[in-house]
Amino acid sequence: MVDAAFPSARPRPSRRAGAALEAAAAWTLAGPAVALMWTMLLGPALAVVGLSLTDWEFGMPTIGWAGLDNYFEMAGDRVFWVTLRNTLVYVAFVVPLSVFLGLGVALLIEAGATLRGFYRAAFFLPVTSTLLAMALVFQFAFHPSVGAVNRTFAWLGLPTTDWLRNPDTALFALGAIGIWQAVGLSMVLFLAGLKAIPRDLYESAAIDGADGPWERFRRVTWPMLGPATVFVVTITAIRSFQVFDTVAVLTDGGPNKATSVLLYQMYQEGFSFLRSAYAAALTCVFLGFVLLLTWLQVKLLDRRTHYA
Amino acid sequence: MDRMTRRMSPAAFAFAAFRHAVLGLGSVLMLAPFVLMVAISLKPPGEIFAPVFTLLPETWAIWENYGAAFQRQPLARFLFNGFAITFAIFALQALTALPCAYALAKLRWRGRETTFVFVLLGLLIPPQVTAIPLYILMWQLGILDTYAAIVMPSAISVFGIFLMRQFFRTVPDDLIHAARLDGLGEFAIVWRIMLPTAIPALIAFGILSFVWNWNEFFWPLIVVQSEELAPPPLGIVFFANAEAGTAYGPLMAAATVVNAPLVLAFLFAQRWFIDGVTMTGVK
Repeated sequence: MVDAAFPSARPRPSRRAGAALEAAAAWTLAGPAVALMWTMLLGPALAVVGLSLTDWEFGMPTIGWAGLDNYFEMAGDRVFWVTLRNTLVYVAFVVPLSVFLGLGVALLIEAGATLRGFYRAAFFLPVTSTLLAMALVFQFAFHPSVGAVNRTFAWLGLPTTDWLRNPDTALFALGAIGIWQAVGLSMVLFLAGLKAIPRDLYESAAIDGADGPWERFRRVTWPMLGPATVFVVTITAIRSFQVFDTVAVLTDGGPNKATSVLLYQMYQEGFSFLRSAYAAALTCVFLGFVLLLTWLQVKLLDRRTHYA
Repeated sequence: MDRMTRRMSPAAFAFAAFRHAVLGLGSVLMLAPFVLMVAISLKPPGEIFAPVFTLLPETWAIWENYGAAFQRQPLARFLFNGFAITFAIFALQALTALPCAYALAKLRWRGRETTFVFVLLGLLIPPQVTAIPLYILMWQLGILDTYAAIVMPSAISVFGIFLMRQFFRTVPDDLIHAARLDGLGEFAIVWRIMLPTAIPALIAFGILSFVWNWNEFFWPLIVVQSEELAPPPLGIVFFANAEAGTAYGPLMAAATVVNAPLVLAFLFAQRWFIDGVTMTGVK
């Protein structure tokens, strides 16, 4: 034990000296974490912004200022716009469905007393699973001839295709995997939100004449779930922007860039083509979207508390 | 309307049936990939591509598939890497976060507010953002393709600091004053007084840290080239590439093995998992 380094408060020193000792102890205790936070997180985050304004490629001996050239190049690059569109389509597909399904499941679980634990576990299991291993299972499930998806679809008389190799469906097939993993998370967050609603609100609503299930939902549950919903939407959206694993293992961004998303393009530019500065600029675009979502969340919750 | 009577009214019965039908179908869809994975891992190649899908195999191929999974690729090594890496990361995270959280929650010092603001800013940064500069840093240090390169970026968890700080704020000051009067130094207070009170929060954080880092694929994919250093998700990709998408039986056996630690841990400690994730939602 290195207790000796931090003298105890007895005998009590003068107040000034005590404050100085407390500050010294605080810096010693927080020091390692603060140092690591700057070298591993905040420093690199600033560095990525700086790097995006240069012309550096990995391994080059010299580095030159490039201003906004990388961003201009991006704006003129068809692949970037395809990638951005894919990312936004993916998010717009995954987020509403995950949130809506998560809410529905949470409401249905809470609406009855039987099998609650089983349903909660079944829907939550995908959240803890290793996405990468499960992606390989989905690859088999999407197999054009023996896959479970096509077998089921054919049996139901629905159209079948080679889901992951068809440019029209590949992004949505990946989105389905994303939804499969995201529903459980939004469900548990909504369950927590539902638990936090005071019971007597329903009683007073009943006195006011709102005693049907729909009326109860519309007048009590839904307004009270507002903050939870904003939170769930933000979390799900940020996680959807981070989609990478399924793209990297199942489609490599193909066919013909149909599933190329921001992080995957960043990975390719930065680590396959070693164009570090350009990849840094792509990272900044990605970071911009994530920060924008957080900012929207803060704005929405803020307004709420003002008139709540 | 449906004032609850002792016997179920027809409306209540219809609703209960609806509830179980929808949730039951949903559960089947959620669990189907796991069932499919295990089912295929038990089958010989001929049955996997059979025209009719059966849950259980006619001829069992457990030993062939699981044996192949462990022999053709160093699957045991991948699992060991997974445990070693997740353990090292959590140990470092706890070691750095606990003292820092205590200083942020209970000590008065100049720089406390600023430090906390930076912790909050850190929470906003997705882990992939730092990949390029960190890769360059690891390259400069000459530690690409080592355990250190995998572990270092996760050695600090701003989320852990934040969570522990929130928790420590609820610990009464009197407890700390009493400890000081007993002659304990600040360092000893962290480990002997604060840590024991924080065990539930620490377990919740430990579970999240384990889940995140066991499943992490992006960063290991970037820094690891050697097969013997690969954590499970990266290992299974090496596996899939080596088998070129034909040996589904062994591949699904490997996928089952990689999923097993998390799934088993979840089934045994559901409450902890769900509470932990609810506490955060982050990442």
